[in-house]
Amino acid sequence: MIEKKIIKEHGLSEKEYEKIVELIGRDPNLTELGIFSLMWSEHCSYKSSKIHLKKLPTSGKNVIQGPGENAGIMDIGDGLAVVFKIESHNHPSFIEPYQGAATGVGGILRDIFTMGARPIALMDSLRFGPLSLPLNKSIMEGVVSGIAGYGNSIGIPTVGGEMYFNTCYSPNPLVNVFCIGLARKEKIFYAKAEGAGNSVLYVGSKTGRDGIHGATMASAEFDEDLEKKRPNVQVGDPFKEKLLLEACLEVMDKDLIVGIQDMGAAGLTCSTSEMASNSGSGITINLDLVPQREEGMTPYEILLSESQERMLIVAKRDKVQAVQEIFEKWDLEAIHIGHVTDGDKLKVEANGQEVVNIPVDSIVNLCPVYDRPFERPAYLDQTRQLEPLPLPENFNQTFLDLLTDPTQADKEWVFRQYDHMVQTNTALLPGADASVIRIRGTKKALAATLDGNPLYSYLDPKSGGKIAVAEACRNLSCVGAYPVGVTNCLNFGNPEKPEIMWQFKEVVEGISEACRTFNIPITGGNVSFYNETDGEPIHPTPVLGIVGIIPDLDKSIGPGFLDNGEAIFLLGENRDEIGGTAYLKSLFQSEKGRPPQIDLEEEKRVQKLCLEAIDEGLLFSAHDISEGGLALCLFEKAFLSSKKIGCAVHLHDNIRADSLLFGETQSRILVTAPSHHFSRLLDLAKERGVFIKKIGETGGQRIEINHQNKTLIDLDVQTAFQAWKQAIPESFKIR
Amino acid sequence: MKFGVVIFPGSNCDYDTFNVLRDVFHMETVFLWHKDHDIKDVDCIILPGGFSYGDYLRSGAIARFSPLMQEVKEFALKGGLVLGICNGFQVLLELGLLPGAMLRNKNLKFLCQHVHIRIEEEKTPFTNTGKKEQVLRIPIAHFDGNYYDSEEGMETLIKNNQVVFRYTASNGLISDEGNVNGSKESVAGIINTAGNVMGMMPHPERASEAILGSEDGKIIFQSLINWLA
Repeated sequence: MIEKKIIKEHGLSEKEYEKIVELIGRDPNLTELGIFSLMWSEHCSYKSSKIHLKKLPTSGKNVIQGPGENAGIMDIGDGLAVVFKIESHNHPSFIEPYQGAATGVGGILRDIFTMGARPIALMDSLRFGPLSLPLNKSIMEGVVSGIAGYGNSIGIPTVGGEMYFNTCYSPNPLVNVFCIGLARKEKIFYAKAEGAGNSVLYVGSKTGRDGIHGATMASAEFDEDLEKKRPNVQVGDPFKEKLLLEACLEVMDKDLIVGIQDMGAAGLTCSTSEMASNSGSGITINLDLVPQREEGMTPYEILLSESQERMLIVAKRDKVQAVQEIFEKWDLEAIHIGHVTDGDKLKVEANGQEVVNIPVDSIVNLCPVYDRPFERPAYLDQTRQLEPLPLPENFNQTFLDLLTDPTQADKEWVFRQYDHMVQTNTALLPGADASVIRIRGTKKALAATLDGNPLYSYLDPKSGGKIAVAEACRNLSCVGAYPVGVTNCLNFGNPEKPEIMWQFKEVVEGISEACRTFNIPITGGNVSFYNETDGEPIHPTPVLGIVGIIPDLDKSIGPGFLDNGEAIFLLGENRDEIGGTAYLKSLFQSEKGRPPQIDLEEEKRVQKLCLEAIDEGLLFSAHDISEGGLALCLFEKAFLSSKKIGCAVHLHDNIRADSLLFGETQSRILVTAPSHHFSRLLDLAKERGVFIKKIGETGGQRIEINHQNKTLIDLDVQTAFQAWKQAIPESFKIR
Repeated sequence: MKFGVVIFPGSNCDYDTFNVLRDVFHMETVFLWHKDHDIKDVDCIILPGGFSYGDYLRSGAIARFSPLMQEVKEFALKGGLVLGICNGFQVLLELGLLPGAMLRNKNLKFLCQHVHIRIEEEKTPFTNTGKKEQVLRIPIAHFDGNYYDSEEGMETLIKNNQVVFRYTASNGLISDEGNVNGSKESVAGIINTAGNVMGMMPHPERASEAILGSEDGKIIFQSLINWLA
């Protein structure tokens, strides 16, 4: 019997320990306890979230692989499949921002190429505390350079992403990393360990003591002992991963292997047991054969290490030599460490002794699942009531204040640290509604976007979930892409608290409803709980990564004005919705009110119209209205035009001026079109049942926004552009 | 006419360069593997961008010891055309085929963005289809692109007309703002005295297709093709 104190230190409850004893028919030894501790951690087992995640739609006619594998896979025609996934690396990035973020990139890349796909694009969703606090600045600087350091070196472009600043992420940042890969349909590989007698090969970096208990760490809150956890963070080696990537893809291309799995969270333990479990086999490995970086490592340490850049391969005996030759070419070793067995046991030997002997099922599939209690949080009673707000005295100044809040400001300071052009497929540079990546050898392109407004989800979790999906799809519509599949990263506080569980449940239901309406499947994702520091949870933060297809890249359009004399049309309707806006947050430090409400059917109609108009070649540009409202959308259209063209706009809605300019009513897109397409555009809008209105025209070097014969905003584009562009660099200036 | 693109472990613009030569210019193009001693009878060797050997040491410092580099050096000394792009430029500096060294960018950050460069010398194998003072819009993507040489070294470079490209503002004028990485004399690309080896930090292969936002980089490849024809 293992001491209660040790069981607790392994993050297991007494009940869970009893279940382990029941499953294996005896007390586990310490090594086995370590294995259960990892595999039954929240991070690996999804024990608190599973019951709710089941509500998500995961099937569809083009789904090749849904949740449960390393990444989701969708058929995109032409014999090609798109492989994509999002993962959080929040906890490691908090403790060691550079390495935490870098290994996050390394991990998601392995998830993609382990399935036979070449990674073609990375994106990141980042959340930081306010930059007024030096600690947050240093965390952001570390995270951004970590992402750059890994992605740039390995040569996968970081093509976009999104970023929010909020005190709830101070100093616990969120780092969600998303990757897309492209595979030939017949060359997809899975984490399988079939065929008794087949060889288990270890490839990549040596195993060290780094990252032991990383997954357990990611399943607990942070307190003042934070500094002590630094050794739990792994160190990344992008060069090694580049070699691993090329060698693995070459081995897969030559059909030499049965199955492959990366060693991510829970390292060797997770990869061996999952591969065996997926194939209903057993697996036996000998730890003496595992390449080790340090001397005197115990079986416990070797099995639980999360050293990076390692993979496990199962190959037929007669192909082992051919596999080894390819790895040698790339200056790597493929080392035989064990074999697949009949039966259902994970057996581990070390120093001639058996140190582990447990059924794979017990670790992989039989972790207890919890239906944790949930309860609507009390804060919602206070946040719904919005105090009366004064109307801005000077709209120009108010708008500049909104524009220069880091959440709304230009993110070029970040993007230009990332190599976003390597592989020469980036057809739309970062900063647009969605990233666009051409698919060589076809007319098509992939589009991808990440979205998730934490303020909406805080004030109304269900709407927050719905809007995250809707806005991501809207972003895709703006470049002419049809959404095909969704991955999600759900970042929350401690699920043992009923209010957090309620937020989680609501958000998942919102996402589910929206995905069903848009008829797009969720193919996988990641849940990150315990994002709390000293008991203070983050806002519920779902991040949706949606991949779309542009049927003909030549027809795709960008967000910015192209030239003078373009008519500006509003697709969708202005409404009086000021709650939960960036305006309230930036100008009044208020996180209150009812966030915008969305009618998913209306949203669908607007998106359909935008897609059809782009397909018919009726539009010059399209940009969706989101944070910062109509006003910011107009300015961004000017900023993103290469000539920095201005415009004049006249609004007549009977809506309070601040709400009209800065409100974030959903289902709205601003497009520009040439005059000879007006009538077709208006007809199409009528057919689709979408409200459309010409609100102004491009031209000049100023932006003028008028409301009912009153000029509210009148600013020089260059002046506003410089303020927008300089806001984030200014915060990082060394004074 | 045959082009060879070198692959070091850690090269990541190898395929980008290869694709432009093969698909945009329809040239016979082969890869040259760093462990080989075979340059496959090519007429021009391109050292592509990337992070050869991870560049954990000085950029390009390990790559110069690759077996293939002996042959590349011999090829260059015999007058063969060699173009080093980004990391390839760094390798050429380490190999001693070009003078000078690279420091960290002046803002101490990796920089990936479109920049403007001005053609300073149009009578080279690499620029003969361009015009002197023509401004090209081409992306850079590097951490160590801040060109440095001693005062005497810079004098020699300028005296011998070895500066082929300079960073400028969009109007073609030299400015601090245009010189994004802080290079001495705004140097973006240089050539050896014999005129057959050039290194440049900007990536012409990223600016050779309209879909990528600029085709100005084609001048470099087209010039090579004209020269060899």
